[in-house]
Amino acid sequence: MAIQSEQHRPLLLRGPSPGSRFLLLWVVCILLMVLDHQQNQTRNVRAALSVATYPLQALVNLPFTVGSWVSQSLSSRNALLSENEALRSQILQQQFQLQKLDALQVENTRLREMMRSAAEVAERILVAEIRSVDLDPYRHRLVINKGSRDGAYTGQAILDAYGVIGQITSAEPLSSQAILITDPSHATPVEINRNGIRTVVLGSGDARELNLPFLPNSTDIQVGDLLVTSGLGGQFPPGYPVGVVSEVLRDSGKNFATVRARPSAQLDRGRQVLLVWFGEPQRVRQENEEEVQE
Amino acid sequence: MRTPPWQFWLSLGVALMLSVLPLPYDYAVWNPDWVALVVICWALHYPRRVGVGAAWVGGLLLDVMQGTLLGSQAMAMTLVGYLTVKFYLRIRVFPLGQQAAAVAMFLALYHFVLFWIEGVIGGPAPGLDRWYAIALGVVAWVPLQAAFRILWPRILKT
Repeated sequence: MAIQSEQHRPLLLRGPSPGSRFLLLWVVCILLMVLDHQQNQTRNVRAALSVATYPLQALVNLPFTVGSWVSQSLSSRNALLSENEALRSQILQQQFQLQKLDALQVENTRLREMMRSAAEVAERILVAEIRSVDLDPYRHRLVINKGSRDGAYTGQAILDAYGVIGQITSAEPLSSQAILITDPSHATPVEINRNGIRTVVLGSGDARELNLPFLPNSTDIQVGDLLVTSGLGGQFPPGYPVGVVSEVLRDSGKNFATVRARPSAQLDRGRQVLLVWFGEPQRVRQENEEEVQE
Repeated sequence: MRTPPWQFWLSLGVALMLSVLPLPYDYAVWNPDWVALVVICWALHYPRRVGVGAAWVGGLLLDVMQGTLLGSQAMAMTLVGYLTVKFYLRIRVFPLGQQAAAVAMFLALYHFVLFWIEGVIGGPAPGLDRWYAIALGVVAWVPLQAAFRILWPRILKT
């Protein structure tokens, strides 16, 4: 039969050959990667495509949201009462500490005025929730449910109730992706709370460990020292806990001591994080762009 | 050029969701590359409509979803799509064992391209556990392939 119907397909593929299409798309990919890596110019492309992936993320997150809602609405009266009790006592304790804080703050301002140093920066916070999506087991990233529509911006600091968690790497309209301080490619400027020595904390790739590779053997650092953000670099507000030194090894054969710390924030637990605005975001954003252009 | 059928987009969506499923770290390294598997499956059986372009779209969406360097997974996925379309006539008649070996090779190439791009941009070198996903990917291939064989005639009719 000579009739060419839709059912009777030719064996060979038609249209532009897969080879040429493949080469063309590789060139497009390389262009995209260069733009993304060097100039971070693909923010708009990412934001547009994230609209397509947003419902998928929400769908993955749905069972966890429903689960927590069900467990909340089914929790027994006794459990609620005991939780209430615990929260009440916690509030009492914290209010007690707050009273002290007020006095300390007044004293601090007075001392600062005496020293004529810069005033404490104003801070504003917003509670965001962590999405139950796992990005990549090799990199410590997370997704939060606040985006540029809520004022989040790239480079913004993220904290939880116990310390620094990380910063936003890309703010999309409805959600943001963030890098944790334990990611191997993240560095946090810190100072030792006890004596003010400044250094840099690097992520280790392990959610329970941070590295401090740039401390000479003679540095005054001990196990149990608290590391707080120094505010240098302008990314993090100063004075928030980053980690507690857990191990100090001084090998006289090496130039630098091996120092490890445990993150203060509960990086692998909890669902709520705090977005922090400090100083003027406009200034911070400009600094970001300058850094990127460099 | 004909566009992929809607069933492809549906399976791609499911694969994208599976690839960001929250798992404990010890299991997450074993999570197969679902998007690559789905692309191979479709390109093998339906190379006229699902091929290089569809693989590129899948990789790009995965890039956006996982926050990796935009274009990196798209690049690796395009290679997988191209090789599948290039050799679909041969792979389709392979016995299951050889077919699985071919899929393992495609997945290894996929990871190698990602590994290479990460090296170029100076990312941290991952350990041996980066390759675990290939092993489970081959295991996941067998039921995926069987399911597709059953569903395929119905897709063709539409």
